[in-house]
Amino acid sequence: MNIAEFSLLTFVGSLTAGFLGALTGLGGGVVIVPLLSLVFGVDIRYAIGASLVSVIGTSSGAAAAYVKQGFSNIRLGMFLEMATTFGAFLGAAIAGMISTRIIAVIFGAVLLYSAFLSFREDTPTASEDTQHFLANPLHLDGSYPSLDGPVSYHVHHIPTGFSLMFLAGALSGLLGIGSGAVKVLAMDRAMRVPFKVSTTTSNFMIGVTAAASAGVYLNRGYIDPGLAMPVMLGVVLGAFFGSRVLVSSRTRLLRVIFAGVILILGIEMIYGGITGRS
Amino acid sequence: MNDRKSTISDARIEEIVGNLLWAGVVVSSLIVLIGGGLYLARHGTELPNYHIFYGEPSELRSVMGIMKFASSYSGRGIIQFGLLLLIATPVMRVAFAVISFMAQRDKVYVGVTLIVLAVLMFSLAGGGH
Repeated sequence: MNIAEFSLLTFVGSLTAGFLGALTGLGGGVVIVPLLSLVFGVDIRYAIGASLVSVIGTSSGAAAAYVKQGFSNIRLGMFLEMATTFGAFLGAAIAGMISTRIIAVIFGAVLLYSAFLSFREDTPTASEDTQHFLANPLHLDGSYPSLDGPVSYHVHHIPTGFSLMFLAGALSGLLGIGSGAVKVLAMDRAMRVPFKVSTTTSNFMIGVTAAASAGVYLNRGYIDPGLAMPVMLGVVLGAFFGSRVLVSSRTRLLRVIFAGVILILGIEMIYGGITGRS
Repeated sequence: MNDRKSTISDARIEEIVGNLLWAGVVVSSLIVLIGGGLYLARHGTELPNYHIFYGEPSELRSVMGIMKFASSYSGRGIIQFGLLLLIATPVMRVAFAVISFMAQRDKVYVGVTLIVLAVLMFSLAGGGH
């Protein structure tokens, strides 16, 4: 297999991952690293570098569409980015110090967790009317547009959400993924932000978080242009089309299948990490 | 709680930011595509070697090095320049937020966004290496 054929295959693989990731809402970045390292035999460090760059592309591309709709809470996003960027910077710095086998095992665990989350039914959280004492000085409460006019909401458990965001950032920096699942979890479950607001705010945060670790990876020589080129173009193009396909009942089935693929990849990554195969 | 006036200006800012992000993704993708075409035309028949990690040469690791390498019409240099532009897109987004919070005289968030911007700049300048 020469470079042209290799580029074409990784492009098609990344296109599919980006498409399914956007369509199912699970994100494509999480399967790029296992795809490259397990299927194409790429060293995990190059795989993480290429994945991180594509994560920035999909986040900025999607955020461009979302911000105009007025759902994302820019102050909440910027406030939490203090936690995610610092976490991402630290995560990327740690990635250079520990063995790639440990990284593979942690990656596998995150994949298993993502699969577990997507198999579970989403239960709407009961909203509280009380205001957190930090919400007012930080202007974190907001409102979003609806057919009946703007709906206002409160942000809860701010310190817990902030700490979870630090963890999401660290995972993003360590593994080259968007950590969208952890970000939505922090905003949905802990901070009780309405679903549409948490999804869109998390989406714009992903790019900023990834940029904080991308600098570290670039300086360490993890971002190879020859590999990142087909991966980034594939994921961005796939995500663009995936987000424009109408959500139907078939998407549920696709979501279950995709979650199944993530589960298998997670087991493979852990197995490969423990045995030292990858 | 935001008063009505600042909500309207927030929406305006978000529209500009949306366009900025979109332009960043499109322009950087096109540059990566051009560099990729050059790279494949010159090296497409060679064998890929990503199985073993060597790390990139120093000219592909720093902002200045990439600029210099890209200006010599190297395919890999041009791709890396496009990727650098993509990484810079969210950084510009935060820089834009600093300016818009300044215009709104929101001191707390000028501080918040400046902290985020400082972490991003420190990382890009090679602080974590």
